[in-house]
Order: sequence, then C-alpha cells, then structure tokens
Amino acid sequence: MTRLLRPLLAFALFFVAQWSQAQLTIEIIGGAGTTIPIAIVPFAGENAFPLGVTGVVGADLQRSGLFRLIDAANVSPRPARAEDVRYADWKARGADAVVVGSMTPLPDGRIDVRFALLDDVKQTQLAGFSYVVPQAQLRATAHKIADVIYEKLTGDVGVFSTRIAYIAKQGRRFELFVAEADGFGAQSVVASNEPLLSPTWSPDGTRIAYVSMENRKPVVYVQSLASGQRHVLANFRGSNSAPAWAPDGNRLVVTLTKDGNSQLYLINADGSGVQRLLTSPAIDTEANFAPDGKAILFTSDRGGSPQIYRYTMGSGQVERMTYDGSYNVSPRYLPDGRGFAFVRRDGGRFNVAVQDFATRQTQVLTQGSADESPSVAPNGKMIIYASEVGSRGILAAVSSDGRVKQRLTAAATDVREPAWGPLPKTN
Amino acid sequence: MSKLLVSALFAVLLAGCASNPPPETSAPVEDATPSAGAGTGTGAATSPGTGSSISGTATPGAGQGASALRDPNNILSRRSIYFDYDSDAVKDQYRPLVEAHARYLQSNRSARMTIQGNTDERGSREYNIALAQRRADSAKRMMQLLGAGESQIETVSFGKEKPKNPGHDEAAWAENRRADIVYAGE
Repeated sequence: MTRLLRPLLAFALFFVAQWSQAQLTIEIIGGAGTTIPIAIVPFAGENAFPLGVTGVVGADLQRSGLFRLIDAANVSPRPARAEDVRYADWKARGADAVVVGSMTPLPDGRIDVRFALLDDVKQTQLAGFSYVVPQAQLRATAHKIADVIYEKLTGDVGVFSTRIAYIAKQGRRFELFVAEADGFGAQSVVASNEPLLSPTWSPDGTRIAYVSMENRKPVVYVQSLASGQRHVLANFRGSNSAPAWAPDGNRLVVTLTKDGNSQLYLINADGSGVQRLLTSPAIDTEANFAPDGKAILFTSDRGGSPQIYRYTMGSGQVERMTYDGSYNVSPRYLPDGRGFAFVRRDGGRFNVAVQDFATRQTQVLTQGSADESPSVAPNGKMIIYASEVGSRGILAAVSSDGRVKQRLTAAATDVREPAWGPLPKTN
Repeated sequence: MSKLLVSALFAVLLAGCASNPPPETSAPVEDATPSAGAGTGTGAATSPGTGSSISGTATPGAGQGASALRDPNNILSRRSIYFDYDSDAVKDQYRPLVEAHARYLQSNRSARMTIQGNTDERGSREYNIALAQRRADSAKRMMQLLGAGESQIETVSFGKEKPKNPGHDEAAWAENRRADIVYAGE
C-alpha cells in the first residue's frame, strides 16, 4: 500500500500544480460609459465560511463592466434584511441599489443563504431569494445571486453561472479546461502531447466536441463532462475537424476531407449516419448553426477567398454574407439570431467583428493584431475570443457594443480556443 | 484558382515545354535501371547525359534503395516543400524534389509515405486545417502524376498547430508554410 502512496501523492501534487497554473485571471481593461452604483453589504454570518460570498457577487458584477461597487464594508450597524435598510444612508453614499443578506448554518451541515436587492432610488425591494445549499455549492450560489441582481437591474439574463472551455498550452502539453465564467475552478477535460482545438459545447452543456491530433491527424471526439467518457465522432481519411452542434444536440456538422476537398457533413452525435450537407469544389468549413436550427453559417473560399456564407436548410439556398475585404472567417451566430460575430483580416491584422443581418452593417469590436476564435455568451452581451500579448496567447472578452473589455490570462501558459457554455438548466 | 495553377504546371510538365530551365529534366523518363543507391548530387536535379560518373540512374529517386532516403547528399533526404501565403500551388523550384520522391515510390511499390500539410500562424485555426490539407493533397496529386501509386501516399493536415519555427516574422512564417514528407517506419 505505501509503495503506491508515494507515486500517487506525487501525481496528485503535480496535478494540483497543473490546475492552479491553468487558472484564469480576469482583469477589466475597459468599462461601459455609465455604470450602476451598487452597494453590496457583507452578509451577516458570512465570515464563518471561507468563501466570501459577497466578494464573489461583487467581483461578478464589477467584471461585467456595468456596475460600480460602492464601499459597504465599514457600515455600522450592518443591515442583513430588507427592513433594516435605511435608504437615505445609501443614497448619501451614492448607491442606486443595495444588496443585503445573511448566511446561517443549519444542523444538517447545509447553509441557509438569503438576500434582498433594493432599489435605492425608488425605495423599493426588487428581489429576495433564499437558498439552502451544501457548503460546496456556495460559489455557485454567489453566481446565482449575481445573475438575479444583473437581470433585475439591466433587464438582461446574467451569465455568471455559465462555464467556459478553453485550451491551455504549456511547452508541448495541450489541455482542455472547463472553468466557471470568472475563471475559477478550472477542471481538466482532456490532456495531450499533441494539439487540441475547436472545443464546442453541446446545447445542453453535458458534452464537449473537440479536435485532437493525438492520432497524428485531426480527429473529432465527443466527450461527456460528467463521466469523462469519450468516443470518436469522426475519423475518416484525411482531416476531421470543425464540429458544430445542432440545437437539438442530436447531430453535428463536421468538416471532412474523406471525399477529397474539405466539405461539410451532417453526422449523428454517436458518429453514425454521415451525410454530405453541401457540395462545392472549394474549402467549406467552420459551420455554425442558427439558434433555431434552420440555417448554417460557414466559411468557404468558393468565390476565390475565404468568406462567410449562409445555408438555409429548407430551401438549400446558399447566400454570401461578407463582401468587405479578402478574408472573413469563423462565423458565430448571436443568440437572438439577428446577426453574427466573425473574424476579419484587414491590412494584415485579424479582428473580431459583428454583422447585423437586417442592416448588413459590420462593426469591428477588437483592436489586436491576431484576434481569433470568437465565442458569444448565451445572453449575447459579451464575446470571448483568443488574442496575443507579446507572443503569449491570452483570452479576451468584449461587450457586443465594444465598450467593456476584459483580459483573461493564465500564468506561464498560452490559452486559446475559448468556448462559452450554455445557460444552466433552471432547477 | 490554385487548382488551375497546378493543372497548368502539369500541362507544362507533360508537354516537355522548353520554358523549363535547361538543367532540369522536363519530361518524365520511363525506364530506370536500378543502381546501387549511389548519391546523385546535392540540390538541383541532375540532367541526363551530363557525363556524370553515376551510372544507370536517369532520374533522381528512381531505383534508389532505402538508404538513399537518409543520405544527406541525396535529394530524397530533403523532405519539405514550401508554399506562398494563402497558396497550395507547388512552386517550380520544388518539382525536382517532388519528382524524386515520386520516382522512389514508383520503384519501391511497398514503400509508404505520409505528406503532412502545415500553414503559418496567421488566421483561423480551422480554415488553416483545410488549407494545409489542400497543400498536402496538392503535393500528392503531383506525385501520382509522376508515377507514385495512390495507396502509397497518405495526406494529413496539422493546420497551424505544429510550426517548425516558433518565430513571428516573415522568415518564420515562410518556414512554416510547408508540406513535410515522412516515410512509414521513420
């Protein structure tokens, strides 16, 4: 038994070291024009727990770029319930909204977390919830609270309870991680000494498809996050890449070269039923489904240069979407279906842009030189993408109006290929 | 458009057009007397009838044994074809190298190779997987036309994921836009 312990211990320590190194640090480098001033009063009883729930809530809201935190740490007496809040005090401190709450341990080891959100201007309560959770779910509960506050004050769905997937490269080691939207709790999905790329979430958030070169060629895998089990989705002759989930989660489109050039194929999630989707003499790749499943955006160089096209499933019609410039790739539908994010090359620089279907107007959102792989948050408000600082791979995020900017980095690691996970199922 | 370029190149080859520079062989040479695998000279292809001291070998690559693949004086030890930006056309200067490997495969029907396509670091990872695959396929097609068997060559793509040069300048990019030839068992 002790013979096994030492190598096991070494392995465990190595693993922990790897995890902490791949953890993302998020900094805000650009904020919205106007922010909502909000005071988050530390919850009564919070100090009994190591997490610091209101700290997580405040960091979430601040990171969105839409909120400005009003200092509430040294308030005495400290209100814990809506009825304890004196609106005039908070108005004097410049807060438009106030959050108060409490955390009470229960005999069975779980914790009763309750909070209230108050509108300081209208002098009314906007929301109040209570949760009974095990200690291990305190962080998730903090994100839920942040989501409620965000939704009540901005009118948009919050994404603080979502997860992001990304690839970390250290030396010759590639690792696919899934972390909470604030970068915490990164967990390894798969690791390899050969490149990994193109992680994509199934619509229900239970599986991730990705491309691995562990077989010395690109092969598409589908892996279950809960069990860690995976199967080969596509390993045909030549390259297998660019997996894209259909909204029903039962099929994907992949790019295969089994019949010659790179073309789009439909395939069942278990790898059966390969069916050619489109035929062209060119490269067709980077398929992305519309939220209603009725159309697919994709990249093709059938016109002589890589551009974005839209294929309508019912009519079979293919329409070119991009005309500016000689390189427009990586289309990603916005969740409201009204437009798409993509990457354009202009004067040798690669940047993320969005195009509106109705107006056909394009807005460039980023200013790096090698921005790529955009992924849109499920509320459509933020776009995460890969970028470079110096020669180090980082992730960055920008709001859909271009104002809020974040940078996500991991120590001594190149990070790339972000994929924003879906909204969690409401329970 | 790149397909047109490659087709044009083949047409030139087969027609034995005189626009090729004189020292290079311009027409496919059918017979190849097996030689002892002696080196055929470095770099540029040797032309028949130059009075070279190597007997029996009319075309580089043809009739060579496996040791020629690792002989630094043999064109067969050179394994990389380089491409222009956004292009999959095999440039004229690499035709002798492609031809030598094609002849080797033709003379060694049990030999197998993989051509690995690559791109430089710029642009979409997925589009680069496709572009690099097209580069590998472009080199394979040229070898097939020069005598290699279809089943002897596998093509794979590494996109921009496995650069040879980790730099971020034009020199590094040029070195990474390449197709690499790897024989089975290497």
